[in-house]
Amino acid sequence: MKLYCLSGHPTLPCNVLKFKSTTIMLDCGLDMTSTLNFLPLPLVQSPRLSSLPGWSLKDGNAFLDKELKECSGHVFVDSVPEFCLPETELIDLSTVDVILISNYHCMMALPYITEHTGFTGTVYATEPTVQIGRLLMEELVNFIERVPKAQSASLWKNKDVQRLLPSPLKDAVEVSTWRRCYTMQEVNSALSKIQLVGYSQKIELFGAVQVTPLSSGYALGSSNWIIQSHYEKVSYVSGSSLLTTHPQPMDQASLKNSDVLVLTGLTQIPTANPDGMVGEFCSNLALTVRNGGNVLVPCYPSGVIYDLLECLYQYIDSAGLSSVPLYFISPVANSSLEFSQIFAEWLCHNKQSKVYLPEPPFPHAELIQTNKLKHYPSIHGDFSNDFRQPCVVFTGHPSLRFGDVVHFMELWGKSSLNTVIFTEPDFSYLEALAPYQPLAMKCIYCPIDTRLNFIQVSKLLKEVQPLHVVCPEQYTQPPPAQPHRTDLAIDCQPPATSYRRAEVLTLPFKRRYEKIEIMPELADSLVPMEIKPGISLATVSAVLHTKDNKHVLQPPPRPAQPTSGKKRKRVSDDIPDCKVLKPLLSGSIPVEQFVQTLEKHGFSDIKVEDTAKGHIVLLQEAETLIQIEEDSTHIICDNDEMLRVRLRDLVLKFLQKF
Amino acid sequence: MPEIRVTPLGAGQDVGRSCILVSIAGKNVMLDCGMHMGFSDDRRFPDFSYITQSGRLTDFLDCVIISHFHLDHCGALPYFSEMVGYDGPIYMTHPTQAICPILLEDYRKIAVDKKGEANFFTSQMIKDCMKKVVAVHLHQTVQVDDELEIKAYYAGHVLGAAMFQIKVGSESVVYTGDYNMTPDRHLGAAWIDKCRPNLLITESTYATTIRDSKRCRERDFLKKVHETVERGGKVLIPVFALGRAQELCILLETFWERMNLKVPIYFSTGLTEKANHYYKLFITWTNQKIRKTFVQRNMFEFKHIKAFDRAFADNPGPMVVFATPGMLHAGQSLQIFRKWAGNEKNMVIMPGYCVQGTVGHKILSGQRKLEMEGRQVLEVKMQVEYMSFSAHADAKGIMQLVGQAEPESVLLVHGEAKKMEFLKQKIEQEFRVNCYMPANGETVVLPTSPSIPGGISLGLLKREMAQGLLPEAKRPRLLHGTLIMKDSNFRLVSSEQALKELGLAEHQLRFTCRVHLHDTRKEQETAMRVYSHLKSVLKDHCVQHLPDGSVTVESILIQAAAPSEDPATKVLLVSWTYQDEELGSYLTSLLKKGLPQAPS
Repeated sequence: MKLYCLSGHPTLPCNVLKFKSTTIMLDCGLDMTSTLNFLPLPLVQSPRLSSLPGWSLKDGNAFLDKELKECSGHVFVDSVPEFCLPETELIDLSTVDVILISNYHCMMALPYITEHTGFTGTVYATEPTVQIGRLLMEELVNFIERVPKAQSASLWKNKDVQRLLPSPLKDAVEVSTWRRCYTMQEVNSALSKIQLVGYSQKIELFGAVQVTPLSSGYALGSSNWIIQSHYEKVSYVSGSSLLTTHPQPMDQASLKNSDVLVLTGLTQIPTANPDGMVGEFCSNLALTVRNGGNVLVPCYPSGVIYDLLECLYQYIDSAGLSSVPLYFISPVANSSLEFSQIFAEWLCHNKQSKVYLPEPPFPHAELIQTNKLKHYPSIHGDFSNDFRQPCVVFTGHPSLRFGDVVHFMELWGKSSLNTVIFTEPDFSYLEALAPYQPLAMKCIYCPIDTRLNFIQVSKLLKEVQPLHVVCPEQYTQPPPAQPHRTDLAIDCQPPATSYRRAEVLTLPFKRRYEKIEIMPELADSLVPMEIKPGISLATVSAVLHTKDNKHVLQPPPRPAQPTSGKKRKRVSDDIPDCKVLKPLLSGSIPVEQFVQTLEKHGFSDIKVEDTAKGHIVLLQEAETLIQIEEDSTHIICDNDEMLRVRLRDLVLKFLQKF
Repeated sequence: MPEIRVTPLGAGQDVGRSCILVSIAGKNVMLDCGMHMGFSDDRRFPDFSYITQSGRLTDFLDCVIISHFHLDHCGALPYFSEMVGYDGPIYMTHPTQAICPILLEDYRKIAVDKKGEANFFTSQMIKDCMKKVVAVHLHQTVQVDDELEIKAYYAGHVLGAAMFQIKVGSESVVYTGDYNMTPDRHLGAAWIDKCRPNLLITESTYATTIRDSKRCRERDFLKKVHETVERGGKVLIPVFALGRAQELCILLETFWERMNLKVPIYFSTGLTEKANHYYKLFITWTNQKIRKTFVQRNMFEFKHIKAFDRAFADNPGPMVVFATPGMLHAGQSLQIFRKWAGNEKNMVIMPGYCVQGTVGHKILSGQRKLEMEGRQVLEVKMQVEYMSFSAHADAKGIMQLVGQAEPESVLLVHGEAKKMEFLKQKIEQEFRVNCYMPANGETVVLPTSPSIPGGISLGLLKREMAQGLLPEAKRPRLLHGTLIMKDSNFRLVSSEQALKELGLAEHQLRFTCRVHLHDTRKEQETAMRVYSHLKSVLKDHCVQHLPDGSVTVESILIQAAAPSEDPATKVLLVSWTYQDEELGSYLTSLLKKGLPQAPS
């Protein structure tokens, strides 16, 4: 069993598991941090961005000044933003049978894989994962396509050129494989390959392997996966949460007894407590608005935003902010808010029971009804008429490189009254802000990452006790910035096996057994004998039928009736098939009893001699000699088949057959 | 002999009061717990005393499964769990769990408040009963206990309707509940995979009907409604609040919009709006089209359909009213019917099945003078139309489902005996499987022969598979091994491994036979002759002549020796182990016949 590690990003994993005869891709994460190296795509022509100076080498060589621009000491690529894809060369991706998706954040590379590698398999994901994943992709495509950029920089990617660049560009990995965003057509085609599954649904793959999604508690429809055969079990844990937010709680019990547990998607901010961060979010928001400033919340169109809106629903009245408008701007804002209300079955118990009343599970329905929350597809159109300040704006993209958020950064960045609050943990906020420097607006960092932290992981691993843990290398050592925090690493016994991008691991377990079905007719014919208390044995001669990776033992066919003498008999018909094996024998022969038995069967003139290892029984009349030792018996006789068979059967009486 | 036993307590050769007991591999499951609309005495509920004479139901039943929220499938549930007494798990889908208590409360109100029945279940009992419910997702495998698992499939009959697979080991039963094989305006079609159950228990409401295309029926319906309101008549459509009502509302709503009609459409009782809200929240259970477009336009927000007030019934002029309940057996639909029945301009359209004993059934069977309570006789002059809109599979649909699931046998419930008989024959002919149709209280026993699961050591399996790859012999190859049985764990391993695992040593049994040959030549030459003889006879075997002069056939050793007393006789020592018994024995008899004369 092998694990091919195609992504180095621990929360956006992409691994391929070869298990029995199947090839299973686990998640399809797209590393978008690469976009931080690019200049933002403004919705409205930005004089500031377009007048940034070109970058030139120390010696004054300015051959890159068309591609690279400098802003406050940082260098950015002036081009259509590009993403860092999973490895596509490590394994032939056309051999992948199925792709299992664990949550909507971990499927963003799907179109690259399903549309451009010869992939012909099936993708499995839950309904909310697919619907919300579609919204995320739609938003991404929309953000990029609505700001067409003529320039696609490539000169800087040249290895010899890249060496000369300042970091972080110099250190960016695999830049040659970076790709531009996919199109909506590719998204639709990729999504059409998905088959919907429900939690605890057992899905058979070619009769060899069974896969099952389990609730992981992190997002709507998010799942961990069990990949198992009858005797082996691999658990794939990705993006799980034990906090009570809106999704169904995590199913931990089903992860028990795993041979291997692949652990990805832990919290990216292990030192921050999500509850505390939500509190800080609310108080900073209130403070800014009271002072007449605007609040900008760069965010994804689904996920934590539901929880933030719910908090604000409870908070704004008590904080006297009920007249402050909340704006949610995204091409998929409306769909996201609508979809959130129809997945009752995937929500926590509290929200589920609301639907029984029947009431919408999320209170943002009421915020919309009372006009406190308004949503728009973009800043163009209705929004510009309704826009009132001070206000709170939720909009994407959290990287601050594209989407409506770019406009608000340019609009509000110059005033210290305004605040941008970072809640999404995927991007470093300092790097995100770099192309907007110098900035007068306040920046608050309140990352809310509900995924498992190291204390929860340790507890979980103790609970479910996998034989082996496999995880990204980042989890086996403290974060580089905090080398003394040894508590910020996975602690388990035996130590976790770590992987990095482009590595192939041989997973440490041996398969010993395979499931088989014994037909009732065959079972009836077996004669078990008890060897030890509680353990019985039966020798089996049967016909093995294998079809679709399922093995069935059937009774041996009845010996064919001897055909009446019409056909001429050939010599070879008599030759026995040497492949028909006799059973093995075990036990030992007590000489005295054996001799008595011989006598009982009419042998006389029996003489017994002792030897170093046992005895020799002589049947003098028949010129026959039987050597009996602890583990062997040797019958030496003349060519008298009758006699030999008689003696054989007497010996066999004392032995057990296997 | 293992067996599956099925006893309908209700819905055996009947429609209504669905309740079927299934025993499979030692597990007892009750499917549905319905009431009968046609009775208001003891017969309205299944006879639960049948289940067990002694002891509690909870001890006897492993679980109860409810297929959908219609009262003839869940109406007896609070009575069963709270009054008879059952504390085990009750499984149903989320929408069923949401809607079921509302319909039960409705039913209770009519029975107790309107008809003044005593000794009926209370509101509190409905609540307590619902606390025992465990909601299931579609396709989720629910482990009821270590052995018993159930799985729900989409049935498309009403919102949240499901078929259930009940499985223990390799034995399984599928219960369809009510289902519909053609997608309609708001629901999708039932679907099941090729799960090959031992038994498929299917409803057979429309066992003999093959319905014409849905479009025709819809056009017909719209035409009739339109004609009636055009001539100033009133149209009454008795429906159940959830299900068919939504489909017909969508139909009329779009028609009104298209034709720009102004005639009012009403929907009776407060349940409507709530009902529509359930459809909005559980939109994932509706059909593809509605699910796809719900963000832009929610099909369950009706512009033309307004809430009905009791006073509207006496308003002059045309109108269309949807009123509950659907079989005209009580409540608002019956009240309106009585008001409008006398006018031949009016029309009542029955869009679904009516059980015997209800007013709906009577007028559909052509009765025009109805005896109402208080010996009043109501003369029905209004037009009575029947349109089969109820979402049951027709004969074609049932056959289609049987084909999909590929069961070993079929059992019919939820239909009329005569019609079942016809379908039974059809199924037996077409699928060559047994088909049963037990009456209530009658038990069907199906012997099963489940195979026994075990493990085979990979070493043994690989050895076999490698040899299995050789061109197929005339005879199937036999696999030999030892089955180790410990507790209920079965493992098939090679005999060597079995010995090793049990710490036993192998006992070698060896034979050496002396075969006397008349041969004057030297031993070496005799050996050579033996070699060439055997080589020519045993073409499929590995015959070798070793440098030390001995000959081997597979692992059998043959040595030639010259006894000192007689130079004209040679002795062949043939030596083999018990494992080669057959070949060894064959060789000695072959050699005994002597060697062919060598060409000199």
